[in-house]
Amino acid sequence: MFLVRDLVSARTWLAMTQHLAGLLIGFAVIFIFVFGLGFGVSLLFVALIGLPLLGVMLRLADWFARAERARFAFLLGAGIPAWPAPGSAGRAGYRWGIIPRWRMWAEPATWAELGYAVLRLPVSAVAAAISILAWAVGLVMLTLPAYASSMPSGGPAIGTMVLHTRIQLTACVLIGCLVLLAAPQLTRGLAVADGALARLLLGPRRDLAARVAELETSRERVVDAAEAERRRIERDLHDGAQQRLVALAMELGRAKAKFADDLDAARELVDQAHAQAKEALTELRNLVRGVHPPVLTDRGLDAALSGLAALCPVPVDVHVDVPVRPKSSVEAVAYFVVAEALTNVAKHSRASHAKVVVEGHGYPGMLTVMISDDGVGGADINGPGLSGLADRVSGVDGRLSVESPAGGPTIIAAELPCR
Amino acid sequence: MQVVIAEDSVLLREGLTRLLSEAGHEVAAAEGDAEAFLRAVAEHDPDAVVVDVRMPPTFTDEGLRAALVVRDRWPKVGVLVLSQWVEERYATELISGRPHGVGYLLKDRVADVAEFLDALGRVADGGSALDPEVVAQLLARSRHPLSELTPREREVLALMAEGRSNAAIADTLVVGGGAVEKHINNIFTKLGLAPGDRDHRRVLAVLRYLGTG
Repeated sequence: MFLVRDLVSARTWLAMTQHLAGLLIGFAVIFIFVFGLGFGVSLLFVALIGLPLLGVMLRLADWFARAERARFAFLLGAGIPAWPAPGSAGRAGYRWGIIPRWRMWAEPATWAELGYAVLRLPVSAVAAAISILAWAVGLVMLTLPAYASSMPSGGPAIGTMVLHTRIQLTACVLIGCLVLLAAPQLTRGLAVADGALARLLLGPRRDLAARVAELETSRERVVDAAEAERRRIERDLHDGAQQRLVALAMELGRAKAKFADDLDAARELVDQAHAQAKEALTELRNLVRGVHPPVLTDRGLDAALSGLAALCPVPVDVHVDVPVRPKSSVEAVAYFVVAEALTNVAKHSRASHAKVVVEGHGYPGMLTVMISDDGVGGADINGPGLSGLADRVSGVDGRLSVESPAGGPTIIAAELPCR
Repeated sequence: MQVVIAEDSVLLREGLTRLLSEAGHEVAAAEGDAEAFLRAVAEHDPDAVVVDVRMPPTFTDEGLRAALVVRDRWPKVGVLVLSQWVEERYATELISGRPHGVGYLLKDRVADVAEFLDALGRVADGGSALDPEVVAQLLARSRHPLSELTPREREVLALMAEGRSNAAIADTLVVGGGAVEKHINNIFTKLGLAPGDRDHRRVLAVLRYLGTG
């Protein structure tokens, strides 16, 4: 039933209008562009007058693309995201407002918009021709019996065969019916294809809007993660080293008072203070190791992970195969993933053994980090430690996965793109 | 003995100078950067040097590089490297090929004056001194499994890797000298190493086994 309704539906005729309008627009535009680009390129070899002419053509292509985006936004009901304008968001612009900079010729946006301007006519011409032909053939065949007898040969001819019997004519009407019913679908299908082509050429490859939204959330998460990390460091310093230093100062103060009358007690207090001072140093060092050890900058991941492995009370096998050092932000995140994962292994897993595997794949490629243990499992990716980790990983566009069924084993894996 | 110090922090430089002087050593020079330090070594030809890893201008590893220069150019000079951090990788670079007359310790170890002076003395005499934390990293990253060793033997192995003599190992573990000998023989048999006669050859064997040198 809808096939019949589609014959008169607004969408069908809007699609037909789209093809016809495209045809007219295409005609106007292709003349301008073929002549403009032709003159521009040929004048380029004669004199530099060609350059400003090409600049004008690029500007026209951009304006045309803008106009077409508006047209498709109306026709398709959904806007096409625009390429960044020349001179903005990493795109080269014009010199003196008219001479295109060289870099423009290396940009996909330039060629996509020019290509669109040139393709408008042929695409619309084909789409319009097929649509009109479908309607025409359908109508002609459907109405055949009405005028077949008035034709000179007594009916339409296919080669030498003349159609005039009742069965032949009925078949023609039936075929015409089918073609006519198919015509609206064809017209609309072509309009959709036309829209897809426009989307392909007039909009950036990836949906910028989606990417922006993704970056906004990940930036928020990274800011939150950094804030949480600062709070953790503050807490660790406050509970650890600071308390120890307070105790140390106190013991030294007491020792000072004892020196006058009780030398033995004083000596014992100084001994305790000495031990406190050394423990404070160890705590500070371990705290800094969890933040960013200097060896990571100097010698890379392989060297830095030795320290983490040695610090972990559970025996850890470390295997690192990274042929090309990734950039420092990625290295730092990879290090942090291992640090946090091994902290969890030590605190919660009750594991007897853990394994760290870090591998680089291709260049720039991917860095994969995997930490597994044979403990009791039950690690929660929404817990404070692991969710902070996921935030850090998302900050470099990476992905974190945690597999930790009750009863174990636990596998934490991060994929970090090295772009 | 005569010592040259390279340490950029004034506080620690003064502290080290005082500590060594009080122990009866002569501090020939105490410098704040690697270049001045190397000039001082060339001038004084000391028995030992004490070098901080991080120094100006880049604050990465210029102290370590200066230490390597001293090790190669003046093989008789004992080189003791101090660092806020000890890393197995730096240790490997420092002792590769020559684990005698070099040491690598956490700065914190200075707090245990007697042990620190003992380590410096070992290094000046051609022995070695590796920080326990470095040894722990070496054991963690060992190329070979150490699972055949008993916990006690692992302790002895770690102390040997630090560069301790049999007597020092016996003292630390509060056992007799004979027991230590027995443990060491067991370790060498289990790991398939030829037993070394002298202390530093023994260290070399152990470090080779653990993947450095």
